[in-house]
Amino acid sequence: MCLVIKCRKIVGGLGFGQSLVTRQPINFLTMLDPETGIFHDLEHELHGRSLESKVLVFPKAIGSSVGAYALYSLKTKGLAPTAVICTSLIDIITASACAISEIPAVDMKGQRFESKLMIRQGTQVLVDADSSRIEIIKKH
Amino acid sequence: MQLTREEEKGLKGDYGQALAAAYRILVSIGEATEAERLTSIKWAHLSGVNYNTIGDGGAIFLEKFSKDARVKVKTTINPMGFDRTQPNKLSKNFITKQMSIVNSYKRLGVVPSFSCIPYELFSVPRGSTVSFAESNAAIFSNSMLDLLTNKESALSALASSVTGKAPYSDLRKNEQRRAKLSITPSFTPKTELDWGLLGYFAGKVINDSCINFDDIPQPDLRGAKSLSAAMGTSGSCGMFTINHGEETKGITYEPKDASAVKDELSNSEDGDVIVLGSPQLGMNELSYLTDLLEGRRFRKPCMIFCSRAVHSCASHIGVPDKLAKAGCTFICDSCSCLTPLIRKEETDSVITNSIKAAYYLNHSNKVAVCLKDLKAIIKDYS
Repeated sequence: MCLVIKCRKIVGGLGFGQSLVTRQPINFLTMLDPETGIFHDLEHELHGRSLESKVLVFPKAIGSSVGAYALYSLKTKGLAPTAVICTSLIDIITASACAISEIPAVDMKGQRFESKLMIRQGTQVLVDADSSRIEIIKKH
Repeated sequence: MQLTREEEKGLKGDYGQALAAAYRILVSIGEATEAERLTSIKWAHLSGVNYNTIGDGGAIFLEKFSKDARVKVKTTINPMGFDRTQPNKLSKNFITKQMSIVNSYKRLGVVPSFSCIPYELFSVPRGSTVSFAESNAAIFSNSMLDLLTNKESALSALASSVTGKAPYSDLRKNEQRRAKLSITPSFTPKTELDWGLLGYFAGKVINDSCINFDDIPQPDLRGAKSLSAAMGTSGSCGMFTINHGEETKGITYEPKDASAVKDELSNSEDGDVIVLGSPQLGMNELSYLTDLLEGRRFRKPCMIFCSRAVHSCASHIGVPDKLAKAGCTFICDSCSCLTPLIRKEETDSVITNSIKAAYYLNHSNKVAVCLKDLKAIIKDYS
């Protein structure tokens, strides 16, 4: 069974993986260990979690403009997310990094508030950016 | 977003892979900011120069990118990771990688400014559309100098530099440069640290591109730099206005909010080294510091970060000599944020007046920070 949510395509492509969800924004330069892709910022709620092969669900990137290179560098090391979903309006850091790294990226601008809460931590998610669809795959 | 026939050709790869990548980035940020078209820019300022920030991935990317692209508009660049006249303390690997990045940028045809305050170094074409990465420069230029830029990323500004274009959207449109929300401080920020605390608070609570501050005086140069840098550190907001809040909804800012930011970033009572310069110091601040230090000498080492251009200029009027006598060391063309010169292995804690330096030294260099305003630093340590 699967649940479909609409989204807005920013960078095309298809990405599948386990969701990694946070309501806190991310500074890609400072909050992630560039060697492992693991959140090492003690104050971030994803501390200790890895971005690798996840569908990252977060509000937006903040802070350093170099965060774009940080995300791109993770991609070159095979540590990047398989897709990115911004729960409000996608920011320039995330959009530009995904464009160059060929990471499918969507946001949920204009979607109902409830839709934004539907993606729970650790569920299987398929992002079909070109069709502006997010599929949440439920067991049973 | 509509592209012209020429832009479509660029996107398809008719002008090489680098230009195609640049157009892919512009299309993505154009979609993100709901631009209808691209517009010409007069100036690009790039971040992503320090090897400590972009790493091997970034260095290799730039090497490839610079083989088949050249800048189309005036392009200035951010500080790098070290002062080329003082290489002794660093590993050969760091220097080799850092110089590879510098050479890639030179091949692209940039002005080797190595400064995060391009607005103090170059003539400012007021009213023009530009593309600035480096968050303090984007915010300062939008708010104080009537330049029009979005808060670009390192990659989006790079894309603009080689195409001469950027999405016509958000803060590049006059109607978007009015804040919907105001922050009304219940007290007047006095020191540069006060302005920084306000900026960090604003960046954290505001989701919009533009914020208004009500019932406060216009900040001076040092205050505005501190405010811009701090706001860029904590958030995504790209512009502030002062006292333009006629139709806005308000958020209050009280002394307890300022204390909360200070408590978050200042986690040491004292420090081993004084660090000045994030953003880099300009002529104005160097001579101000010289005046404050007249007849005094720091009891702790003091590192000053500025560009080589500013240092050279200042040396004609004897400023670096006076500051050296007062216990200061200059690190040129570099920045305190993510510098390899301040490492937790050698330094437990630093003293600084910069919110931005405090955040990055804390989070990236893992060094404890004692935040004080400049006058307090001079009073307590000289």
